[in-house]
Amino acid sequence: MQAANPSLIAENLACRRGERLLFRRLSFRLEGGAACHVTGANGAGKTTLIRALAGLTTPYAGSVVREGALGLLDERTGLDPDLPLGRALAFWEHVDGCTSPDGAITILGLGPLLEVPVRFLSTGQKKRAALAALLNRAVPIWLLDEPLSGLDTETIGKVIALIRLHVGGGGIALIASHQPLDVPGMTSFAIEDFAPAPEEDHA
Amino acid sequence: MIAALLRRDLAQFFPFTGSGAALPVVFFVAVAMLFPFAVGPDANVLAKTGGGVVWIAALLAAILPLEKLVARDIALGFFDQLRLRGMAEEAMMAVRLLAHWLSFGPPLLLATFPAAALLKIEGESFQILLLGLLAGTPGLAAIGLMIAALTASLRAGAALSGLLLIPLALPILIFGAGALARQDQVSLGFVGAISLGLVALAPFAAGAAIRAAREN
Repeated sequence: MQAANPSLIAENLACRRGERLLFRRLSFRLEGGAACHVTGANGAGKTTLIRALAGLTTPYAGSVVREGALGLLDERTGLDPDLPLGRALAFWEHVDGCTSPDGAITILGLGPLLEVPVRFLSTGQKKRAALAALLNRAVPIWLLDEPLSGLDTETIGKVIALIRLHVGGGGIALIASHQPLDVPGMTSFAIEDFAPAPEEDHA
Repeated sequence: MIAALLRRDLAQFFPFTGSGAALPVVFFVAVAMLFPFAVGPDANVLAKTGGGVVWIAALLAAILPLEKLVARDIALGFFDQLRLRGMAEEAMMAVRLLAHWLSFGPPLLLATFPAAALLKIEGESFQILLLGLLAGTPGLAAIGLMIAALTASLRAGAALSGLLLIPLALPILIFGAGALARQDQVSLGFVGAISLGLVALAPFAAGAAIRAAREN
């Protein structure tokens, strides 16, 4: 972990999609060792929140302050569809300067898939591959967008264990998921609680 | 990180290694082969009009892999992942511009030899054509990249790219193909200057475009 004391702070955050205000006055503060579960129905703004926290989009109002490098796992893996999985992962290992990628590949059971082109992988297999790339980055802040969707029961267990391990090691995890998660000490909030009241919808 | 990205981009675009990326050059030669059949084998007519056809073919070859240039990697989340690792969009686009040019520019210059033979372009005309393409292809690559990035997130992107192409490509064609018509090497300097201007502008325009594409 690069940053000695990672933190992720949202202050008075508001985000829109198109003309619609999805949530506003959203504030939280996560320090090293904290996990946070964001719940909400489809379209409530979980992905929008995560992309704003990652700094990929500019929030409509409010600010995001983060200390420490950040890793994002969403439905878009960033892995080249035409390359065999091993080579697609190797690109990111090289960019991230990861010298021992085999651990993550073994834990996530990707060994037998390394020769298979990424486009032939199932949704769950792609998700496992993206997780391996995230693990190999060794970053303190994890933003996970629906990390459990498309995974079988056994892999769900592994992913939750990995989140526990990450948080236990002083990392931060913010998980947007509509599935239940069991991580000790995890806080949670529903994004609908920050949805604007109907009369202030076009504020 | 830059070197790794350049290697990856080249592997994506390069003929024979990438997936069907030899298409622009095949297209270029095909146009040169078909043109004499369309206008007849009169060597004078061919030599007079052939240069312009080569330029148009080069321009279209530069924008052929349009969808692959930017839109695919946006959908893949590839640029997002690079951004999270601290790379600026401008740097990603500068690398992509270089990879795009390397993948079609030099092969196209080589293909100009058979194309010129088919179109009866010889002697000084051939020299001007080759030098013009050498100076002009980086600019054509920049045009392709800018259009690809600007239209990547639009549903009617393909229709718009045709409209965008015309004003961007005009100056380079006027001086590039015009140099041939006038047998005048001085125009080639203008081609080079326009080309350099486009190359300098493209990473910024394309970088801003892919940032804007995230917002919707």
